[in-house]
Amino acid sequence: MLELQDISVIFHEGTVNEKIALSHIDLKLDKGDFVTIIGSNGAGKSTLFQTISGAIQPTQGQVILNGQNLTGIPEYKRSRFIGRLFQDPLKGTAPSMTIEENLSLASQRGQHFRLSLFSHKQKNEMKQALKELDLGLEERLNTKVGTLSGGQRQALTLLMATYVTPELLLLDEHTAALDPKTSQKVLEMTSKIVEEHHITTLMITHNMEDALKYGNKTMIMKDGQIIAMVEGEERKKMTVDELIHLYSTSTHDYNDRLFLKQ
Amino acid sequence: MNLTVVLGALELGGIFAIMSLGLYISYKVLNLPDLTVDGSFTLGCAVSAMFTVHSMPYLGLFLAFVIGCLAGVVTGVLITKLNIMPLLSGILTMTALYSINLRIMGDSPNISLFEFPTVFSPLVFLAPYDKLIVIIVIILIVCFFLHYFLRTQLGLALRACGDNEDMVRASSIDTDKMKILGLALANGFVSLGGAVFAQHQAFSDIASGTGMMVIGLASIIVGMTIIKKDKIGFQLMAVVFGAVFYRAILTIALQLGLPSGDLKLLSAILVVIAIASTNMKRKRRRSKC
Repeated sequence: MLELQDISVIFHEGTVNEKIALSHIDLKLDKGDFVTIIGSNGAGKSTLFQTISGAIQPTQGQVILNGQNLTGIPEYKRSRFIGRLFQDPLKGTAPSMTIEENLSLASQRGQHFRLSLFSHKQKNEMKQALKELDLGLEERLNTKVGTLSGGQRQALTLLMATYVTPELLLLDEHTAALDPKTSQKVLEMTSKIVEEHHITTLMITHNMEDALKYGNKTMIMKDGQIIAMVEGEERKKMTVDELIHLYSTSTHDYNDRLFLKQ
Repeated sequence: MNLTVVLGALELGGIFAIMSLGLYISYKVLNLPDLTVDGSFTLGCAVSAMFTVHSMPYLGLFLAFVIGCLAGVVTGVLITKLNIMPLLSGILTMTALYSINLRIMGDSPNISLFEFPTVFSPLVFLAPYDKLIVIIVIILIVCFFLHYFLRTQLGLALRACGDNEDMVRASSIDTDKMKILGLALANGFVSLGGAVFAQHQAFSDIASGTGMMVIGLASIIVGMTIIKKDKIGFQLMAVVFGAVFYRAILTIALQLGLPSGDLKLLSAILVVIAIASTNMKRKRRRSKC
């Protein structure tokens, strides 16, 4: 499904400001995997996402999705298969356009533009999809998105990113700017949509509970490297405290200890 | 004030409305300040004048639109593919167009179209309303086209591009192409405005386009302050109304004895006041929070 081969990203290479953001990342995910990613600021989580989505070209290495090498394909073309949500709820929607118009744009993803207005059938489909969000937005198709709350906008962005089912969904702390209750609601929605459509998903979070609660794998990043991947039985038994312990003590010697165990 | 003055004001207002509708695409829809306008307006004048001299006034209008689109494409490519600042890109195209316009007009700074039939000639039996009718028909065609186009999926993508580029790219739309398309259409209509202007004045001058950007901006701002609605139809109406209203004010000022040379100074001051006052309002609101 998604395969990262030896990805390195170096900013300002060859200058005093040189910063290795990602260092020799190898990652292989199966279809339907839902991976939560934790790691401190500057660990390279967002850079990883930007590399996958094409906003950044890696200094070295390749991004392969479903056997197709994406390296060198521009960002907007990758968006055909990759859905994205950002921390900032304002980033995913066009504020001065209506809910209906935003969704209409999302619904044509990957297709050629048609010079037609949207039909009644499309309108009904939109209403149906909005109903599942359970926010009452289906009655407000002609409302400008700019007047919605952050939570509503993020929920709408989630719907837009998955309206045409993507092959890969990247969630960059997409609930971090929301209040706890709304945050949980959007996360539940996310989990429901991802499971329903069997979408391979990567989710960055700073909430350890969520990191274990959602998804089937948890990945820890530090200094531009993946230092642990927790999955299966080990993950099921893991408590939040154990994860925090693993997260705070894990350095390279953690890797070494793992090797010694094996 | 007699009928000729009133009709003249309405006609000129209508012509500036066509141009302002073009500017609406770049300035409001795409959110790009496009300075190509001064050049592409004259471009429309020049093309239209040359074809009128050769007795093809209708073809002149059509080709003025097409060639105006090309000018917009040039600015669009400068901005998106060559990464030149939008303001500078517009100035560069505008400057280049000065030479091109001179060439089109056969190296002569002005062309007189008296004695040649124009698009207004067939309706001459309806005089003195002939010119106004033709202009209204053209405005209606442009408005209907824009009103339909901006609600199609392609039009939505164009509007989203000026609203939130990140979101557009996330929807797998090439923002570069959208900007080029938008600037092409914008300058196409500006050029069409220039083409009608030349045939209306029976005169094409290399300096016809000077200050058109400011007149267009003033029209849009005046219109949008009076008609505050978000629906595309209302916005188009606001632009047309703003252009006519603005011209009406200038006509009154002229009638009251303002020297015509001062018109551009007045336009610039008006735009400054309009933009500054909305900015002040926003500032005040923010400091209250």
